[in-house]
Amino acid sequence: MATTVENLPSAEHERPIGFGRLKRKEDARFIRGQGRYLDDIRLPGMLHGAILRSPFAHARIVSIDTSRALAHPDVAAVMTAKDLETLGLAWMPTISYDTQAVLAGDKVRFQGQEVAFVIATNEYSARDALALIEVEYDPLPPVVNARRALDPDAPIIRDDKPGKTDNLATPTWEAGDEDATERVFADADVVATRDVMYQRVHPSPIETCGIIADFNPQTGQLDIYNGNQAPHVHRTAYAHVAGLAEHKIRIMCNDIGGGFGNKVPIYPGYVCAIVASLVLHKPVKWMEDRSENLISTGFARDYLMRGEIAATRDGKILAVRTNVLADHGAFNGTAAPVKYPAGFFGVFTGSYDLEAAYCHMTAVYTNKAPGGVAYACSFRITEAVYLVERMVDVLARELDMDPAELRLRNLIRPEQFPYTTKTGWVYDSGEYERALRLSMETAGYEDLRKEQAERRARGELMGIGLSFFTEAVGAGPRKDMDILGLGMADGCELTVHPTGKAVVRLSVQTQGQGHETTFAQIVAEELGIPPADIEVVHGDTDQTPFGLGTYGSRSTPVSGAAAAMVARKVRDKARIIASGMLEVSVADLEWEKGAFQVKGDPTRSVTIQDVAMRAYGAGDLPEGVEGGLQAEVCYNPENLTYPFGAYICVVDVDPGTGAVKVRKFVAIDDCGTRINEMIIEGQVHGGLTDGVGMALMEMIAFDEDGNCLSASLMDYLIPTALEVPDWQTGHTVTPSPHHPIGAKGIGESATVGSPPAVVNAIVDALAPFGIRHADMPLTPSRVWDAMQGHPLPPV
Amino acid sequence: MEISIRINGETVTRDVPPQTLLVHFIRDTPGLTGTHWGCDTSNCGACIVQIDGRAVKSCTQLAAMVEGHEVRTVEGLEVNGVLDPIQQGFHEQHALHCGFCTPGMMMASRSLLDENANPTDQEIRVAISGGICRCTGYKNIVAAVRWAAEYEAAQPSPTKQEV
Ligand code: FES
Ligand code: FES
Repeated sequence: MATTVENLPSAEHERPIGFGRLKRKEDARFIRGQGRYLDDIRLPGMLHGAILRSPFAHARIVSIDTSRALAHPDVAAVMTAKDLETLGLAWMPTISYDTQAVLAGDKVRFQGQEVAFVIATNEYSARDALALIEVEYDPLPPVVNARRALDPDAPIIRDDKPGKTDNLATPTWEAGDEDATERVFADADVVATRDVMYQRVHPSPIETCGIIADFNPQTGQLDIYNGNQAPHVHRTAYAHVAGLAEHKIRIMCNDIGGGFGNKVPIYPGYVCAIVASLVLHKPVKWMEDRSENLISTGFARDYLMRGEIAATRDGKILAVRTNVLADHGAFNGTAAPVKYPAGFFGVFTGSYDLEAAYCHMTAVYTNKAPGGVAYACSFRITEAVYLVERMVDVLARELDMDPAELRLRNLIRPEQFPYTTKTGWVYDSGEYERALRLSMETAGYEDLRKEQAERRARGELMGIGLSFFTEAVGAGPRKDMDILGLGMADGCELTVHPTGKAVVRLSVQTQGQGHETTFAQIVAEELGIPPADIEVVHGDTDQTPFGLGTYGSRSTPVSGAAAAMVARKVRDKARIIASGMLEVSVADLEWEKGAFQVKGDPTRSVTIQDVAMRAYGAGDLPEGVEGGLQAEVCYNPENLTYPFGAYICVVDVDPGTGAVKVRKFVAIDDCGTRINEMIIEGQVHGGLTDGVGMALMEMIAFDEDGNCLSASLMDYLIPTALEVPDWQTGHTVTPSPHHPIGAKGIGESATVGSPPAVVNAIVDALAPFGIRHADMPLTPSRVWDAMQGHPLPPV
Repeated sequence: MEISIRINGETVTRDVPPQTLLVHFIRDTPGLTGTHWGCDTSNCGACIVQIDGRAVKSCTQLAAMVEGHEVRTVEGLEVNGVLDPIQQGFHEQHALHCGFCTPGMMMASRSLLDENANPTDQEIRVAISGGICRCTGYKNIVAAVRWAAEYEAAQPSPTKQEV
């Protein structure tokens, strides 16, 4: 294998027209160090911003003195809330209709909050000058625990909101039928209850967040370089805030060094850089360091969940119920469709056929950084799946039943699809049992159980954990969902040039998912043009149609559908032109990937390239056909897509230290039609690593004063190559019935599905200690504590 | 202060503040932004380059400390239009998603193969464990380094050709 492969580009035989293991087009620049990430961009005359951040979690600001910083020879300006107030920009709207201070004026509400913005001729001086700003704070008691936030005597964090007398962040939210669920619980043979904490974690992409704002006062044009996951949404938000027309704002994402949800929100640093450029008429750059990224930008989870599950004695699951306390931090910056204040947490009913379900949700402000759904969470599905999959294992123990057996008995059956859950979601398609059985076969489940018994007899702690998840991705139908009033549809434009080469323009934005390859393949499959001849344009609002962007695994379900539809539209036009060229009726033509043939006479055919030339060329076109070969669509999905999967994790716990080794991990995923297997597997590998990270080591922790204890990669632990096993992946294919090519999202499946498998495996390993649950991250010390009989209670 | 460093075979001389980190010195050289940074604590490995053939995190060195030494960055991997097998392997095995950790991962891998032409998977994992990749889950990076090792083993070596 090693000797035959040529140097780039890859051999033609490895470039299928359409779906398959096509190597990535975008690699060519990245492997040469020629990517263009934000910090690689240098504009002439560019100034550099740096942010002074609050050392306190909660404090009144008494005074800010910027005079010494202003006297620094390299400093051009210093901005505080006062300056922003005169522009009406001291507060900005968040993505969930809350407001967030751009720079704190009245008080600081979390450690690391933005207090002042220094602009200097170079980055080193900008940061040096931060030390010259004097801020006098009057510390207030902080609230760092969500339960404490509900106490009647808790300090009010959001006293900026007139009349606010509590710390509730959103109105209480419910799903399901409370009374029906209560009735099922009252009559059930078996009920199990657990408090389950999904700790605060952080996406921490290796490239941190940053922006360059470049305002031209002569033309009134604002150019923004900013790697973000939703450029069109950002542009409209800036248009609202700055009072500029959308077409006067151009956002260019270029290459993005990972997103995972961290690059969805608009951060105060972005607004500061834009304001500075508007005022100073120079390009202004702001780029956070790692510590700023960890302490102030979009976190994820922080859900305290009481789970209850009801079943019959012989293992029929009847109902699930949960009461959730959500910690949103100091500002509600959660990115979720407007009607879903708890995101898609409603899928906490899992993959099971239930009689009833009910969920009650309370969300609070605390003196912690804002955010909420970042980190590949599919709009809170991560929390929902963790809860239900943990509870099913708790129930299995209660019933003394094998957890695989319990799941097999309760999975929704193929003939029940489309399946409406007890919280109102319509699962589109699934063959759940097939996936679970495949995962058991691949892992050698029976043999693993035998091995476990043998090891247990020798005093070794081996654990086997399962999880079965269903996701709801591809937000979403515009009748049901919007973000800031913007319907969650995506546009796509396709132009086939006279030579038959094509350009497809997307509204979504890759952060590593390989869109330049996958979307070329989607168009190639529909039009028969080789992917090498199809350029994918994305991430530049001047060059792409409007759409909501890449997060919540929505690119393939929404934008991928748009790409297929626009290609079909072009093909329909091409067919008419071809009928003219071949002098037959449209109905007499057959499409063979890349060419139209006269039915019954394969010698008479024209290729799509021939048609393209004719579309622009001389000669008559059929009646009513305009020249050119291009089309545009805006795809509005009729439903979400529901990918699913079955995961099995095997761990060994060191009885002497509590250290966990993930020895084996089998992931069977079903994301419907598979466009590029190689990329799909890569997405799964990455998500599994996230899952192991969260299960074993990742946590944004605080002390009781609200100091963030996870402010660097020395304290916020992310798995390296040594902490993860050699992933074993596999798949089944159950196409989505409503997606034009049957595809479902895959980007977050593994992040969603893997943490419960790891935790279930560890709890299984610790069964000899009588342990039924322990909260993530299961660090050696937590596992050790659990083994000593006192697992930490949920915080 | 004026500092001269040989980067990818060319001498780069610039007047910079004495506290300038090597990673910034490299990145401020036109055309050399392939070496990235991702942390403040020497944990991420995005900045790994070779100094005199050894993998070093360039954020841990002051530029002044590297005066007179030979630095090789990701841009120095491809020679005369021929990709280094490590680069080719990363492409073949889909060992990169966003590409941000990739230069560091490739330089660490290159150093490994320079010292150990036939590493085990575990040796590869150890060699790249100074870096963090948030995207790939590492499996394909290990496969990429394996691919490069096998590719190199299959090439007739110059000495053999002479014989
Ligand atoms: S920048 Fe992270 S290790 Fe050097
Ligand atoms: S490819 Fe994105 S961090 Fe490694």
